[in-house]
Amino acid sequence: MRISRRSFVKTTVYGSAAAFAAPAILSEGALGADAPILVGSLHDQSGPIAASGAPMVDSLIVGIDEINAAGGLLGRPLKLVHYDTQSNIQMYSQYAQQLALKDKVAVIHGGITSASREAVRPTFDRFKVLYFYNTLYEGGVCDRNTFCTGTTPAQTVEKLVPYAMKKSGKKAYIIAADYNYGQITAKWMTKYVKDNGGEVLAVDFFPLDVTNFGPTISKIQAAKPDLVLSALVGGNHTSFYRQWTSAGMKTQIPIASTTFGLVNEPSTLDATESDGVLGAYGYFEELTTPASTAYVKKIKAKFPDVPYISELAAATYEGFYLWAAGVKAAGSIDRQKVIEALEGGISFDGPSGKVVIDHPTHHAIRNAYLADVKDKKWSVLETYSQQKPLDTAGVCDLVKNPAENQQYVIKI
Amino acid sequence: MADTAIPCAEGPIRSMELAIIIALDVLNGAASLVLLCLGLAVIFGMMRIINLAHGEFVMLGAYATVISANAGVNIWIAMLVVAPVFVGIVGIIVERCLIRFLYGRLVDTMLATWGLSLFIIGLVTTVYGNTIKGVPTPLGGFSIGAYRSSYYTLFLVAMALLLLALIYAVLRYTRFGLISRATMQNPGMAAALGISPSRVYMATFGIGAAITGLAGGLLAPVSGVVPTMGAAYVAKAFITVVGGGSAIIAGTASASMLFGFINQIGAYFTTPVFGEVTLFLSAIILIRLLPQGISGRFFKRNL
Repeated sequence: MRISRRSFVKTTVYGSAAAFAAPAILSEGALGADAPILVGSLHDQSGPIAASGAPMVDSLIVGIDEINAAGGLLGRPLKLVHYDTQSNIQMYSQYAQQLALKDKVAVIHGGITSASREAVRPTFDRFKVLYFYNTLYEGGVCDRNTFCTGTTPAQTVEKLVPYAMKKSGKKAYIIAADYNYGQITAKWMTKYVKDNGGEVLAVDFFPLDVTNFGPTISKIQAAKPDLVLSALVGGNHTSFYRQWTSAGMKTQIPIASTTFGLVNEPSTLDATESDGVLGAYGYFEELTTPASTAYVKKIKAKFPDVPYISELAAATYEGFYLWAAGVKAAGSIDRQKVIEALEGGISFDGPSGKVVIDHPTHHAIRNAYLADVKDKKWSVLETYSQQKPLDTAGVCDLVKNPAENQQYVIKI
Repeated sequence: MADTAIPCAEGPIRSMELAIIIALDVLNGAASLVLLCLGLAVIFGMMRIINLAHGEFVMLGAYATVISANAGVNIWIAMLVVAPVFVGIVGIIVERCLIRFLYGRLVDTMLATWGLSLFIIGLVTTVYGNTIKGVPTPLGGFSIGAYRSSYYTLFLVAMALLLLALIYAVLRYTRFGLISRATMQNPGMAAALGISPSRVYMATFGIGAAITGLAGGLLAPVSGVVPTMGAAYVAKAFITVVGGGSAIIAGTASASMLFGFINQIGAYFTTPVFGEVTLFLSAIILIRLLPQGISGRFFKRNL
């Protein structure tokens, strides 16, 4: 028999189409009533951001175990599909496709830095997979497929700045990391200082590999501010707090920070270097509400080596339970039905208190807390109940424009 | 900004104080560079090994200090003894297992030591985790008028000078210094005169590593100690060593002074971002004008 080019191409195309489709058809058939519901996870477990990512995955595992122990969701067990993104944006893109196309998970929780979120969000939009971003960030994401459960500046910075100014004075000096988070947060700080009748003496940005803060410390001394507002990020920038203390400035000018504590600074720095630093987040491990202590106990029982359990971990736990509540209310894991259920004002009483999904922004209405460091631990000073994501609400209305899909850079 | 509010009579005093503080910053920047670069200058300048794991040697020194200090060892012993001894031993092991097969193969040493740096980062992360470690800065602060600085800054400057003097003395006045210089110049001739070049290489690499470890130990109290901290140092160290040229002492000292000055003054009068930019720009211009480095032109006969 002679094989013509045409027939060869034809058989090859049909054959490979069948081969490609086979697993999908087979798995479709195998997905009976008892097959597990897959929960996707994209978090850094190695590389510079691993200290933040580890407790987030721990939270997901504990949440899944709890739901499975209680009989699962819609009568089906949950199963975690986790990929370590290695603090590498390329890995995020790659594993996002894998979760959406190969693993076909029902939902994805993940993303830590804003850069990583923006790398994966379009992928999940395109392949129509529900996405939860459970990290505090600069605000402005407006996307019906995405739910952001962490705090935004209107919920934390807006509380931190006036509190610090009332305590110390009206002249502020801002130091921040030189990438989108630091730049945007510095803008928010400037806005809130001015709103409260204060003055910003200077704003300095630092690349992430700066380790010598000598000239900056001299500059701050020359400017004589009443307080320093810091959005410094990462291990290298921790040098600032040590050099600041060793120059004897710690007792002279107080510091308030939107990032201090996210990589466990209070317990790793010396008490003289961290005492009195002010911070505001959506959750602190030291919160003594019954829900919080129970949650911390559960995580520590299963993962004794867990680093500090920060807002990132608590918001992941709460984001997971909000999704589960959405599935229960919808009676299905279908993306559209779950989104509609969540938009109906689903809430969850988590470790940080009540968390409600805000329909117009797809962000969370949640409690915020203000604390200062005392003897290597946070001591919570103020509780701000049920704070709305007003920054994002100013630009984003998904009730009016459900088809919107972008991150607004909020003009300040 | 603030100057307008200051009465005229105080003006000159104030600016004197500021000048002293800025001078201290410059000295501090130069001293940190000297400490960071000396070990690399020995390894790269003398042995022509491009050690991309240099930053990780700094990191190991910092970890050795932090961990032994937190285990109860006196902080000074942890910095000045534990860090250099530990990293020196690591250096000798690395030389025996890896580097000695690669002498004269410049590009291969880059690849091998880059792999080594990834390995060390991975190992330290696995053992100690990814969180920041630290020891408090010893010594206190002092004030110059309205400004404050720390005694530790002065201590770093003193250590940098001491180390420069020590290496100069060893290379210039001891038998070991003579032998090692001879071996670097002409290993064949040295071997013919009854010296084992392999042993000299091993010792020199070990000493370079130990100096780097000492730098890590000394910088540990004023930096955030994490497994990935080396990356912040390695580029600057290489630029300084290349800018300094082949004379270990004169080259490192002059290049550190120059780049430290440019970086700190740039950071003070503009922003930290431009401080870094001016440093790299001036390095490019320097290498264009003086391809052999500063000591290739000005301190030809020096060490």
